[in-house]
Amino acid sequence: MKDILQIGGYQFQSRLFTGTGKFASYQLMSDALLASGTELVTVALRRVDRKQSSEDLMSFLDTEKYALLPNTSGVRTAEEAVFASELAAEALGTKLLKLEIHPDPKYLMPDPIETLKAAEVLVKKGFTVLPYIHADPVLCKRLEEVGVAAVMPLGSPIGSNNGLKTRDFIEIIIDQSKVPVIVDAGLGKPSHAAEAMELGADAVLVNTAIAVAQNPVDIAIAFKKAVEAGRAAYLHGNMSTSMIAQASSPLTSFLDA
Amino acid sequence: MGSFREIFDQYKYEEIQERILSVSASDVKLSLNKSKRSVWDFLNLISPAALPFLEEMAHKSRATTLRRFGNNMQLFAPLYLSNECQNICTYCGFSLDVDIPRKTLNPKEILAEVEVLKKHGFDHILLVTGEANKTVGVKYFEKAIRLLSDHFAHISLEVQPLDTEEYQQLIEAGLNTVLVYQETYHKENYKLHHPKGKKSNFYYRLDTPDRLGKAGIHKMGLGALIGLEDWRVDSFFTAMHLEYLERTYWRTKYSLSFPRLRPNAGGQEPKLAMSDRELVQLICAYRLFNEDVELSLSTRESELFRDHAFKLGITSMSAGSKTNPGGYAQGEASLEQFEISDERSVGEICEILTQNQYVPLWKDWDTALQTKKLFNTSQAEN
Repeated sequence: MKDILQIGGYQFQSRLFTGTGKFASYQLMSDALLASGTELVTVALRRVDRKQSSEDLMSFLDTEKYALLPNTSGVRTAEEAVFASELAAEALGTKLLKLEIHPDPKYLMPDPIETLKAAEVLVKKGFTVLPYIHADPVLCKRLEEVGVAAVMPLGSPIGSNNGLKTRDFIEIIIDQSKVPVIVDAGLGKPSHAAEAMELGADAVLVNTAIAVAQNPVDIAIAFKKAVEAGRAAYLHGNMSTSMIAQASSPLTSFLDA
Repeated sequence: MGSFREIFDQYKYEEIQERILSVSASDVKLSLNKSKRSVWDFLNLISPAALPFLEEMAHKSRATTLRRFGNNMQLFAPLYLSNECQNICTYCGFSLDVDIPRKTLNPKEILAEVEVLKKHGFDHILLVTGEANKTVGVKYFEKAIRLLSDHFAHISLEVQPLDTEEYQQLIEAGLNTVLVYQETYHKENYKLHHPKGKKSNFYYRLDTPDRLGKAGIHKMGLGALIGLEDWRVDSFFTAMHLEYLERTYWRTKYSLSFPRLRPNAGGQEPKLAMSDRELVQLICAYRLFNEDVELSLSTRESELFRDHAFKLGITSMSAGSKTNPGGYAQGEASLEQFEISDERSVGEICEILTQNQYVPLWKDWDTALQTKKLFNTSQAEN
C-alpha cells in the first residue's frame, strides 16, 4: 500500500516540503528541488513578480512536478494576510496557502491571534489553509476547529537550524491532531528531519538548511533520505527502550490465591 | 461536524475478534516497550497472548498512574434517585419486566440521602436512575441537580442518553460529569439485550458522547458492560471511542469504567465471563494506552480484588454504595439494581487506602463553581 499524505484535496508521496528562497541562484534552486524529490514548494508572494518578467522565479519552477504553496510572509495582521492570500491565489492559480503572519521583523515569530482570525476567514473563502505557528497544542486545536487543512508548528526559530527544540509540544500536537502536522522552521540537519518524522510528523518543511548549504543538491538528497528513514521508523519501527528493571514485590500474586 | 459512527462503521466486530486472537507474544513485547501506544497496541495488550506479561504490565501501569495522578484516590458514592424504567434490559434489576415496587425520590427524600452521604464525607456524588422520561425526565434531573449543587462539589449523572440541548440545560444547572456506557459495541446483539424501550436504538446511544462533547460537558465517562458480549472487542471499541473523543472534544476530561455483569434480578448470566486476572489485564492495558484517562472501580468487585487492583491504575472508587433509591437513609437493601460485592463502609475503605499510602480525595471541583456563586458575592452585596 502506498503511503500517501492527504492535505485537503491534495495528495503527496514525498513528505519533504521545501522552500524557494535563499538559494544562490534560481538554477541551483531548481537542481536542489529536483534532487529532494519534493512535491510541494513554498513561494513567497512578495518574491513573485506578477508582471511575469523572463528571469522570474516562476520560470524555474516546473509546476508539473511541484504543487505551489504560496506563503503570506511579510504580512503583519489578519487583514493584510487575507488580502495577500487573494493576490497569491490570483497570481499562482492555487487555493493552497501557507498562512504566515509575523508582526515581529527580527525573530519572525508568528502571531497566534492574527493567525487564528485570518484562518477562519480564509477557510470560509475556500482556501486550503496551512498555518505556520508556534508549537502550541491548544492553538492547533483551535485552528483545526476553524477548518485548517494542516498545522505547521515550528521546531525552533525560523532560520536558526537549531532542530526540534519544541519536541515535547510537537509530540502533544501529533498525539491530539486530526489534521496533518508539518514541522516547519528550524530543522537544520537531516537528523532533525528524521527525528520529527520518527515522532510521527506527517511531513517536514526545510528551506534554509538546503538553500544555504555548501552543496544544496547533496544536502537535498540527504534530507530526502532522512525524511524517508524517519517515516519508515515511525510506521514500522520497534521503538523499544531498554527493559525497565522489574521491582521485586509482585503486584499480581493476589490473583494466584 | 461528524460523529464516532463514521469511524465505527468502518470496522467489523468479528474481524477485530479474529485480530485479537491472532496476536503473538512478540507483538505484545513490541507494544509493551513503546513509550506511546496506539489503539492497536491496546488490542495487543488485551489479547490472550498478553496474559503471561501481566506482572510487567502491572508494574508499568502502576508507575505511570503514580507519576500522573500521585498517591490520590478519588472517592464517590452513587445516589440512586429512581428505579422506574421503561426499558427492557436483560441484565438489569430495574428492567421494566422485573416485578419490583418502583420508587422515585422526592426532594425531601433526596435530602435525607444527602444527610447520610455528607456525614460519610462525600463531596462527589453520582446520580443514577432508570429511564422513565415522563416521570424522571430532564425537568426532574434539573431540579435534583439544583437541589444538590449547594451540597456537593462535583455532580455526576448516569441516566438515559439525552439530546445536546438537554445536556446544556443540565450543565447550566450545575452538572459536571455524565457517564454513558455503550454496554456493547456489537450492533446486532445490542438489540437482543435491549429488546424494548428507547434504549434499543443502538446508534442514538453510540452518538451520545458526541452530543455531550458538543454540549461542552466538563467530564464524561465511557465503558462497556463486561459479560454481555466479547469483553475484548467491546473494550477495543471503547478505547477507539475514547481516542476519537479526546481528539474531537479536547476540552473535556474522560473516565473509563469496566463493570462486570453482577447477579441481578434481570437474571442474565455472562456470555463470556471475565476472570479477575483478565480484569487486571484490562485495567493495565487501558492505562498503558492512555496515561490521562481516569479509571474507576466500583463496589461491584470483591474486597480482595479491590484491595489489590486499586493500586494498578485506578484513580477513583466508589465506597459504601447502595444501589436502591432511598438506600442510605433507610439502611435496608431492597429494589437493588445489582448486588454489591464489597459491602465495607466508607471508613474501612479509607483505612485500606491510608495503609497503602494513598490519600482519599473527596473534592475534585468546587461548589462555588458549581452554583456560579463567587466567593465575594456576599461582600459585594454588603
